[in-house]
Amino acid sequence: MKFEPVIGIETHVELTTASKMFCGCPVEFGAPPNTNVCPVCLGLPGALPVVNHTAVEYAMKIGLGLQCEIAPHSVFSRKNYFYPDMPKNYQISQYDLPLCIDGYIDIETDEGSARVGITRVHMEEDTGKSTHLGAGGRIGAGSQTLLDFNRAGVPLMEIVSEPDLRSAVQARAYAEEVRGVVKRLGVSDVKLEEGSMRFDANISLRPEGASTFGTKVEVKNMNSLRSVQRALEYEIKRQAAVLEAGEEVVQETRHWNEEDGTTAAMRSKEEAFDYRYFPEPDLVPIAVDEAWRSEVASGLPELPAQARERYRAQGLEPTTAGLLSREVDLGRVFEDAVGAGADARTVANWLTGEVTAWLRKESLLLPDSHLDGAALAELEAMVGAGDLSATAAKDVLGGVLSGEGRPAEVAESRDLIQVSDSASLEPAVDAVLAANSDAFEKLKSGDHKVMGFLIGQVMRSTGGKADPAAVTRIINERAG
Amino acid sequence: MPIDIDIAKVARLARLALSDEELDLYRAQCEVVLEHAALVQALPTEGVEPTSHPLRRTNAFREDVVTECLDTEEVLAQAPDRDGNYFRVPPILEEP
Repeated sequence: MKFEPVIGIETHVELTTASKMFCGCPVEFGAPPNTNVCPVCLGLPGALPVVNHTAVEYAMKIGLGLQCEIAPHSVFSRKNYFYPDMPKNYQISQYDLPLCIDGYIDIETDEGSARVGITRVHMEEDTGKSTHLGAGGRIGAGSQTLLDFNRAGVPLMEIVSEPDLRSAVQARAYAEEVRGVVKRLGVSDVKLEEGSMRFDANISLRPEGASTFGTKVEVKNMNSLRSVQRALEYEIKRQAAVLEAGEEVVQETRHWNEEDGTTAAMRSKEEAFDYRYFPEPDLVPIAVDEAWRSEVASGLPELPAQARERYRAQGLEPTTAGLLSREVDLGRVFEDAVGAGADARTVANWLTGEVTAWLRKESLLLPDSHLDGAALAELEAMVGAGDLSATAAKDVLGGVLSGEGRPAEVAESRDLIQVSDSASLEPAVDAVLAANSDAFEKLKSGDHKVMGFLIGQVMRSTGGKADPAAVTRIINERAG
Repeated sequence: MPIDIDIAKVARLARLALSDEELDLYRAQCEVVLEHAALVQALPTEGVEPTSHPLRRTNAFREDVVTECLDTEEVLAQAPDRDGNYFRVPPILEEP
């Protein structure tokens, strides 16, 4: 039987406000344990939370960026559970009246384009960080747990999608697009590896054509965009095998294991969770009137979908335009370069190809490198003028990225300037034609297949610095 | 109107180990509360705006400004157990 996957994704985003959601402790990654804590985020008796105004505006931006309605009236609730990562024994979250509802984003994959509904975006606080220590201080199934509450109370947004995704590829495209939107909004640093953006998926299978849902499984611990796709591909195969064997999928939470590429069931409680939500008595409701909504809306930057459309209009391929629209740093340099007169497609291909590969290899972000739009435009002009070959240009690009200087300086110091003036090339061409008179005779008699060979010989004798176009022209002249 | 309550489940959720006598005692007390809530719930509320907070206020905010934190030593001195700068607690088997 053929099965259709039904996937919905929950995305958690930590905001880059200066202070926490309900207290003035700093939001900071990597501070020494338990230094960014106060009576509020430690849940000390009598301490009262007060909502961070900027966090609410950031949440509204995310909602508006995902085409949501902003609720005129929304309420915080307590989510009660016994787990030591929240010192209060509850997490302040939103339940039945979230801040943003009913939005969507459009995604585009090789499988076509699709609109994915956004059920809601709500505000909550992040939990503390627990480290499980085993016997002898080993991390693993534990004999004790260590707690750091620096993260407890950091503003956290939860973005819930509708179960509209139908493949692992779509799920990844959705995750990429949400990340791109939040990144462009500038309200989170969206670092998956540091946990400031986290994805969980709900996935079930049903017979193709069916309209009811199968039993769903929640998949957690997908720490990269690639692992979102891999984990769901695995889970689709696993559930299909279960169903084909005539068995039933167990409703459970499964952990993705990056190393062995599988998901495994987490130990589950005998009893289903009952968080006993109730309205948070320590916080009054949030009321957003039209004036506030439109003030925030008018401050929104261009969203990936709009940027993508502009880039497409400049002649870029869908994937290239998509990448530049989501990676706003790349997009800015692209626009600067094109603004300085560079060819859009050449520059876009460098940015999504060599530049992205270099940044990944060096584990750097584009602003950390020495590349800017002006340098790319200069490089492209050198190629256009025949001063650099396409291959040499990539070499120069590496030098510019690592701070060796402007393109002209790097090309000079790496001795990559292409020779295209006839006076310099003619002796080299003549020497090659003399040494390969058989081939040259064939060419003269109309056999153009040998042209490539002859050009290659000139390139070799000039150390790759000859301009192939100029060499071709001279050989043709000699052949008459 | 009589209301049934699974008092043992409520006790489990609250991590309370109650004896049978205690379960009976609290069941009776909780049922009175729930019966009262059921009375309120039965009132005609059409056109009445839901109340989520007794104060008729909205939008109590603070500016996004960093304030001073507690001293880590002072904080950890209150903890039953510590390991360096961390709180130390019994092992946790399950994620929330």
